Amino acid sequence: MRDTVRFTLNGMAVEVVRPDPQLTVLDWLRDHRRLTGTKEGCAEGDCGACTIAIRDPGGGVRAINSCIQFLPMVDGCALVTVEGLGGADPVQTAMVAEHGSQCGFCTPGIVMALHAHHARGGSTDATGISDALAGNLCRCTGYGPIIRAGQKACATPVPKIAAAGVDADPLGYDYTPADGRAARFFAPVTLDELARLCAKYPDAVILAGATDVGLWVTKQGRRIETFISVMRVAELQWISATGTGLELGAAVRYADAHEALARLHPSFNGYIRRLGAVQVRDGGTVVGNIANGSPIGDMPPALIALGATIRLRKGKAERTLPLEKFFIDYGKQDRAADEIITHVSIPAPPRGALFAAEKISKRFEQDISAVSAGFLVRAERGIVVEARVAYGGMAGVPKRTAAAEAALTGKPWTEASVRGAMIALASDFKPLSDWRASGAYRLESAQNLLLRFFLENSGGAFATRVLDLASVAHG
Amino acid sequence: MADANSANENVTGAGIAHDSAEKHVSGRALYIDDMPEPKGLLHLAIGMSTKAHARISKLDLDAVRSAPGVVTVLTAADIPGKNDVSPIAGDDPLFADGLVQYHGQSIFAVAAETRDAARRAARLAKVDYQDLPANLTIADARKAETVIEKARAFRMGDAAAELTKAPRRIKGTLEIGGQDHFYLEGHVAMAVPGEDGDITVYSSTQNPTEMQVVIGHVLHRPSHSVICEVRRMGGGFGGKETQSALIAAAAALVAAKTGRPAKLRLDRDDDMVMTGKRHDFEVSYDIGFDDDGRIRAADIDLASRCGYSADLSMAINDRAMFHSDNAYFLNSARIVSHRFRTHTVSNTAFRGFGGPQGMMVIERAMDEIAIALGKDPLDVRVANLYGEGRDETPYGQRVEERIIGPMIEALEKSSKYRARREAIRKWNAGNRYIKRGLSLTPVKFGISFTATHLNQAGALVHVYADGSVQLNHGGTEMGQGLMVKVAQVVAAEFAIPLSAIRIMATSTAKVPNTSATAASAGTDLNGMAAREAAKTIKDRLIAFAAQKFSVDEAEVSFAAGRVLAGPHSIAFADLTQAAYFARVGLSATGYYKTPKIAWDREAGRGRPFFYYAWGAAVSEAAIDTLTGENRILRVDILHDCGRSLNPAIDLGQIEGGFIQGMGWLTTEELWFDDKGRLRTHAPSTYKIPVAGDRPEMHIALWDGENPEDAIYRSKAVGEPPLMLAISAFSAISDAIAAVGEYKIAPRLDAPATPERVLAAVNRVRKVAP
Repeated sequence: MRDTVRFTLNGMAVEVVRPDPQLTVLDWLRDHRRLTGTKEGCAEGDCGACTIAIRDPGGGVRAINSCIQFLPMVDGCALVTVEGLGGADPVQTAMVAEHGSQCGFCTPGIVMALHAHHARGGSTDATGISDALAGNLCRCTGYGPIIRAGQKACATPVPKIAAAGVDADPLGYDYTPADGRAARFFAPVTLDELARLCAKYPDAVILAGATDVGLWVTKQGRRIETFISVMRVAELQWISATGTGLELGAAVRYADAHEALARLHPSFNGYIRRLGAVQVRDGGTVVGNIANGSPIGDMPPALIALGATIRLRKGKAERTLPLEKFFIDYGKQDRAADEIITHVSIPAPPRGALFAAEKISKRFEQDISAVSAGFLVRAERGIVVEARVAYGGMAGVPKRTAAAEAALTGKPWTEASVRGAMIALASDFKPLSDWRASGAYRLESAQNLLLRFFLENSGGAFATRVLDLASVAHG
Repeated sequence: MADANSANENVTGAGIAHDSAEKHVSGRALYIDDMPEPKGLLHLAIGMSTKAHARISKLDLDAVRSAPGVVTVLTAADIPGKNDVSPIAGDDPLFADGLVQYHGQSIFAVAAETRDAARRAARLAKVDYQDLPANLTIADARKAETVIEKARAFRMGDAAAELTKAPRRIKGTLEIGGQDHFYLEGHVAMAVPGEDGDITVYSSTQNPTEMQVVIGHVLHRPSHSVICEVRRMGGGFGGKETQSALIAAAAALVAAKTGRPAKLRLDRDDDMVMTGKRHDFEVSYDIGFDDDGRIRAADIDLASRCGYSADLSMAINDRAMFHSDNAYFLNSARIVSHRFRTHTVSNTAFRGFGGPQGMMVIERAMDEIAIALGKDPLDVRVANLYGEGRDETPYGQRVEERIIGPMIEALEKSSKYRARREAIRKWNAGNRYIKRGLSLTPVKFGISFTATHLNQAGALVHVYADGSVQLNHGGTEMGQGLMVKVAQVVAAEFAIPLSAIRIMATSTAKVPNTSATAASAGTDLNGMAAREAAKTIKDRLIAFAAQKFSVDEAEVSFAAGRVLAGPHSIAFADLTQAAYFARVGLSATGYYKTPKIAWDREAGRGRPFFYYAWGAAVSEAAIDTLTGENRILRVDILHDCGRSLNPAIDLGQIEGGFIQGMGWLTTEELWFDDKGRLRTHAPSTYKIPVAGDRPEMHIALWDGENPEDAIYRSKAVGEPPLMLAISAFSAISDAIAAVGEYKIAPRLDAPATPERVLAAVNRVRKVAP
């Protein structure tokens, strides 16, 4: 295995021998290279001030939050920071011309998010630009000038980010810091090797996009001894779409799965747009969201409603598990320490079935849900023959509501039946109150989301979503 | 004499880019954490209280001291001077000494070789606490009768008598949440020791002089030994007016104790837990009015959560009182303000400084009067505006400017308010689950510090022999464009290009005894001071040119980089070179104090404000009555900047202020648990607006000029636009009112999170017949 992390920084080849595996890209840039254009706003991947552009070994351009990426994760990547743009990039000149900066602190991150959007040929309409900026907070401008600058810049010829040379051999090394603490990082390239390493280091942290693990280090101050990254394993990078469903490997990022999920069902299109923001979707993986085991992960309720299964591997042994069985209790999943989730299989909704993925949060974009939901209902001749109703944020685990499903099944698909199910589901959940919402609100909105799901599939000529109204007010 | 106004045309009034714009976009603008680090730099971390109110029975810092990389650990016992970083009251210890009064309070500082080592070491402290009863909420403090200072009141006429006589009356309560500043650059300071005990502190602060004074007190050194410098902040919004003191003083103390440079940069979560925010309020109101909706009497009771110490809460709550009338004549009024002391972080200045909370009350009343009378809320608002014979505020200042009526009229027209109102009512009738709402609200905001002595400023201008100019003044740059505006003034005075002027970092060594850059008054004060300095030099150059070319001084003028002296013309740089050889002093200070203002705080009467800035906004909102989700769809704004010095900068302030206000009133929620711990202490849980939240916006500047002699007849713009966002809140309320056919007042509290909106919808449904 190779002990040197290799990548390019603003076009120059860089080699770092055995870096501290939990050194963030941001700290490396600022403290080791004195490249201070990239800023720290929150150190948790929620403000975008540290955004840099990356061309990954797979060739795609990504925007990442450098504050929660560990340096060995960018092995084989081409990194572009604000310093690398020179000053005359179309995004930079447009930002000056449109008065897109005030205090200027968020600006480098915004410039890089727009640059990444531009470099992947992103859309120039205001909504497309807003989407590209959903992970970047600006407290001064109100965003209008920045959106205009983005539109202007992205209308110019698409820039190229030259790829870095990728080493075929896997990265893996021991790090021995002055204080004697042991640490190691592995990025195997085959599934067998990954399984072997997981068996050898059962306490290892399995790393995908680090959009959560990054915070264990930056916010909780945890020391992690062993990282094993799944991202370079070829078998785990596959997206296989068939007529009956979709299979995603553990290394598939949201950004890469977005289109395939939207084809599986259009409801995923808007849903994934609201899942984190570009920087989260460009880093995080669908399987990581599952493996993490959070009761408020955005993906599980929708996937459970669709009857998704996961494949796990331990050593050479493989098994398949319905996703809903994976979540045992708060903080407890059906996974052995040395076992990894390799794939998730998501069946397409059965022909004629109704499906929706839903989410309630204080802010529409880049917010953790108070309640999320997945609904799947299939009716034959007006009678419900199958109902799968799953929620996140309502219990210690993402969970189906047997009571509501029973209340619907065998009943006519009518508002009266749905209202019955809304009452029934209250017996399945005692949601807690916290800063995202009170238990009472969680329950009421969970019930009403089911009603909205019915209303939207009942052919009524009335509005059901405030997000759809952007054009109404133009009058 | 040269005609200053003709010179203005070239430079002031133009939409010139922020002076640092090119540096911002290229990452070359240096913030304090970006400065090259001096050799031997120590990094600090603060040990924070984990209790809201407790005695420290044992503070064991051995593990902190022996942690790898640690150089020193400092507590209250190590402070040579006063253990206080407060602006006024002497009640903000740098390090809690035996008693902690809020969760997150600073107890000690650890200095280590790296930031990581310092932060890890700070976690190792063993603190034993003896819990004391904690008053966390306004209700707790009300019950325990703990206050920052006595309640204050404005009285105009006999409100009690007028209330009983009024044909109609509404009563209600309103809760208004606080707000975190969420400047993108968190608090940071770096202190560098010099000789003879001198110290230079680079601080992200709106208030360099106060940092200098506080550090002097902590170190027991006179002000002349401390220099505080700031080139720019990554946002301030009031959050760095006093709150920067703890950070700057801790860094200075470590530097003084160790002789090594020291830096403290707070982690975002620690910043949000440790430093003060906008005050949350609980308000009750009792309003009497006639059948036309005109207010006869207003009895308003304001209560705010000040936190554990006074900070600026006196003046902030005063300003809530000053703006409880907003743009409306109240006829008779009793405005009472309670300033409650709680065991939570000490709340502080935030853009609007209490004014926004005050305005919320009367705007709520306008909406409720409209519902009571079945009128359009806009008609009620217009009927209540200040005007001829109805121009006295509850504190005795007369409202002389009469532009808000015409502004509202113009906005009503440009926004198509009436047609949209009708369309929305029709649309709502056909939509059971989604409702839309519309609201136009005005803003009248008083400009001046209400502590009269703060309304002064100084500047120092150097003209070098080669004609280049250095500009120093006491104002600080936090993104608001102060520096470019003041540079425009100096460029206009000398009739030279902006590029000839070098904007210098703000330093207490250049301009002493400055006020915080606050109260929207940065340009008014520092622009005038810089203009005075420039004029002094200019007068010397005029005298010199008149002598050199043997013309009358009246024949000397400055235009387009040249100086004209009768028939002669000379480049500005050639004249300054000649002036140097002729031994003409080319450096001068300038000083300004705001005229006309006088305020008797005890009597609650006077003229606290030099003038008022005005604005009005129309917002349209949509709500989901099933989930409470809501969205602001469109906003039209007409705002008064007098004769704008820089329309591009001013428009940026207006749009940015609106969106910041919209965040305060919609998605931004400070959530404290029953132990007094702030649980929304990071952007993952505390949600400020993102690009997608921005509604369609139409913003225009009112074409007018300041009737008072402010700098080139412009008006202050920093704070007023934030309060335009009350229209967004009111529009959400209007959409909720639609659920009850506009017959039931929704009584929506702020912020209008989905949960609060749904609660208000449910309330209307329940009350509706």
